Amino acid sequence: MTRDRSEMSEDDDDQQSQSQSPPLDLRSAAIAEPCSSSSSSFSVVDSTPNKSRNCISSGTLTSQPFPDHVLENVLENVLQFLDSRCDRNAASLVCKSWWRVEASTRSEVFIGNCYALSPSRLTQRFKRVSSLVLKGKPRFADFNLMPPDWGANFAPWVSTMAKAYPWLEKVDLKRMFVTDDDLALLAESFPGFKELILVCCEGFGTSGIAIVANKCRKLKVLDLIESEVTDDEVDWISCFPEDVTCLESLAFDCVEAPINFKALEGLVARSPCLKKLRLNRFVSLVELHRLLLGAPQLTSLGTGSFSHDEEPQSEQEPDYAAAFRACKSVVCLSGFRELMPEYLPAIYPVCANLTSLNFSYANISPDMFKPIIHNCHKLQVFWALDSICDEGLQAVAETCKELRELRIFPFDPREDSEGPVSEVGLQAISEGCRKLESILYFCQRMTNAAVIAMSENCPELTVFRLCIMGRHRPDHVTGKPMDEGFGAIVKNCKKLTRLAVSGLLTDQAFRYMGEYGKLVRTLSVAFAGDSDMALRHVLEGCPRLQKLEIRDSPFGDAALRSGMHRYYNMRFVWMSACSLTRGCCKDIARAMPNLVVEVIGSDDDDDNRDYVETLYMYRSLDGPRKDAPKFVAIL
Amino acid sequence: MNLKETELCLGLPGGAETVESPAKSGVGNKRGFSETVDLKLNLQSNKQGHGDLNVSGSIKEKTLLQDPTKPPTKAQVVGWPPVRNYRKTVMATQKNGETEETMSSGGGTIAFVKVSMDGAPYLRKVDLRMYNSYKDLSDALAKMFSSFTMGSYGAQGMIDFMNESKVMDLLNSSEYVPSYEDKDGDWMLVGDVPWPMFVESCKRLRIMKGSEAIGLAPRAMEKCKNRS
Repeated sequence: MTRDRSEMSEDDDDQQSQSQSPPLDLRSAAIAEPCSSSSSSFSVVDSTPNKSRNCISSGTLTSQPFPDHVLENVLENVLQFLDSRCDRNAASLVCKSWWRVEASTRSEVFIGNCYALSPSRLTQRFKRVSSLVLKGKPRFADFNLMPPDWGANFAPWVSTMAKAYPWLEKVDLKRMFVTDDDLALLAESFPGFKELILVCCEGFGTSGIAIVANKCRKLKVLDLIESEVTDDEVDWISCFPEDVTCLESLAFDCVEAPINFKALEGLVARSPCLKKLRLNRFVSLVELHRLLLGAPQLTSLGTGSFSHDEEPQSEQEPDYAAAFRACKSVVCLSGFRELMPEYLPAIYPVCANLTSLNFSYANISPDMFKPIIHNCHKLQVFWALDSICDEGLQAVAETCKELRELRIFPFDPREDSEGPVSEVGLQAISEGCRKLESILYFCQRMTNAAVIAMSENCPELTVFRLCIMGRHRPDHVTGKPMDEGFGAIVKNCKKLTRLAVSGLLTDQAFRYMGEYGKLVRTLSVAFAGDSDMALRHVLEGCPRLQKLEIRDSPFGDAALRSGMHRYYNMRFVWMSACSLTRGCCKDIARAMPNLVVEVIGSDDDDDNRDYVETLYMYRSLDGPRKDAPKFVAIL
Repeated sequence: MNLKETELCLGLPGGAETVESPAKSGVGNKRGFSETVDLKLNLQSNKQGHGDLNVSGSIKEKTLLQDPTKPPTKAQVVGWPPVRNYRKTVMATQKNGETEETMSSGGGTIAFVKVSMDGAPYLRKVDLRMYNSYKDLSDALAKMFSSFTMGSYGAQGMIDFMNESKVMDLLNSSEYVPSYEDKDGDWMLVGDVPWPMFVESCKRLRIMKGSEAIGLAPRAMEKCKNRS
């Protein structure tokens, strides 16, 4: 099921990309190089009809270029229908003319690592790009494992594209550093610009947003998701143009700045196509009520604070439930940033229609939660805090038979906090929600039995991320490591593409991963394993592995070397606080010229000069980047 | 069995539970970018937002950890559990917010008041207990509403209400002056009472043009005389 990215922030790639390699991998590049560099080989192919792989019989062919032009026109018309980038990658490898035509017809480009290639390479190969998805920092940067100012700057991309793609319509960035100047350049350079999606980005403020709002007259989507937006004290809502807008989606729940509510009301009133609106916590319940009355066509709503500041007079209290009742189309609900639980029943009228519900900022107890969830029969995506307890999860299991994605976050994200959810909740979910595809579960205690049960009950699982918050914690009933549980997951969940492990794990768990994890693309490991063998099992056994992130695990040089045959086929490898030496990393860098080997932050410790604190390595078509800060050593 | 003792750990010598590295922010940092990060929590907006939120997030966490009613917890490992800073900050703000709600209903130790400025599109909120003097408040408001200046106050930051002509000069200028609603529901000029008394009695702030505030001056002087 394809999920709309702007509704929830996604850690994983689109479903589309789950089992495919990214478009600009080295294989296609290798074919690209001879094409563009040598013109003589180019013309040889063109003028020798027998060599071109077309279906016209050789009797009708002459040595003129005419048949090739016909072929290319036909090809162009056909390739236009190819959307999937893996299909396009495959098509581009057929022969040079297919490569050429594919490059000229690809309009959406996905770049999983902004340092895998330079912006100019992008613009040289693809001439008619209208949509770019670009990802920057590695995921572990979200957890303070990387100093700020590491890189992933959007600036060189926007300035190169400003000249090459004046027709650009869509930019979707994740973990990139975007400045107000970048946003200003974007707004000025692309007159037809329609969609701006910034997920987990930083470096800009409300003034940059104001410029985009003001200058992008065709703007349909402005989604700021979990980004850090500085409050420049600019009334950016008022910067939207005065006339009717094309806005379909406006998400600003992460903007930590008050907004001009009157201007927002006016904006919503003149945006007849608006379907998705996600408010920040500076919008009160009363204001939400007014907005809802003016925008009953909404399908996705982020409710803002869901509270109010002053004591309300009871006779003046608006009928919140009536406002929700009028929103017959709302299927996705989030927000509740400062929830006053007594007002929660107002959402009852929409519960039966909800396919997506995000309570992950709302500290609600099981008693407040159960009456709500018992109405949500159609729910497919559910995010919540562990404050709903195992009891709440049991209620979810009883009602939400269509559940595909579950995320349970810790209200108190510390290693030794009280754990309101446990194996009981996981077991219940596994029994009630058989269609589950994706789970992220934070807990303090877990058992192998519950994890095994989930592996058996939920065969559709593609994403399994379990975080037992106490490091090295074993099965709390048997005292054994969690090897068997995770082993069962890789063995029984045949569609598994993403795995995050935790708890006490020996090398055995990794043996299972290597043996059974044949489709795993993304693996996250922390405080796990006993020896190099663990990492070797994974590197030698998981053929589809693309993204490997490891922290605080006892893996050393021998293990790293054992994967050298893999690294060109992976997007990146992250290893921090493991047992790597600089010498080994240098060897790898020397042996693999298209691999960029970054060692972060360990060169000032004289005693430990050879020790590598953080290794981040990734393939690149254009060599090491020029914007690396001082604390990054590129070997 | 405490498996942590057998854990392979490459932390700095003498570093207890924390698995630290020079490159990471957090406690006991040997070198670090966190030293260059601005530690002021609220008052400045700057583009080091990411760093600020890191530090302020961890500072808030430390405050929570040091709650005397809970048993002492061990030091936290950097980046573990793997919850995004963004989420941690939002939850921390909520937790502080909750304590505010419960306390302010008892008329207790938090004094959040709304601040509005004529012509500005939105309200802000300040916790008066964060400041020690009118000057501090003035600086903070200046940053919030950048076109606003508090005008000329006396050495103690109080308007000398006994000096009528000075007050009228101030009010006749086009500068903005702050006024506040006190416990009695009257709108007064800020600066008429000693700072601690002001914090107790101020319910709401409004920054208005000096010329509009003229009507408040006589009442302010009246009350001032009554108190002395």
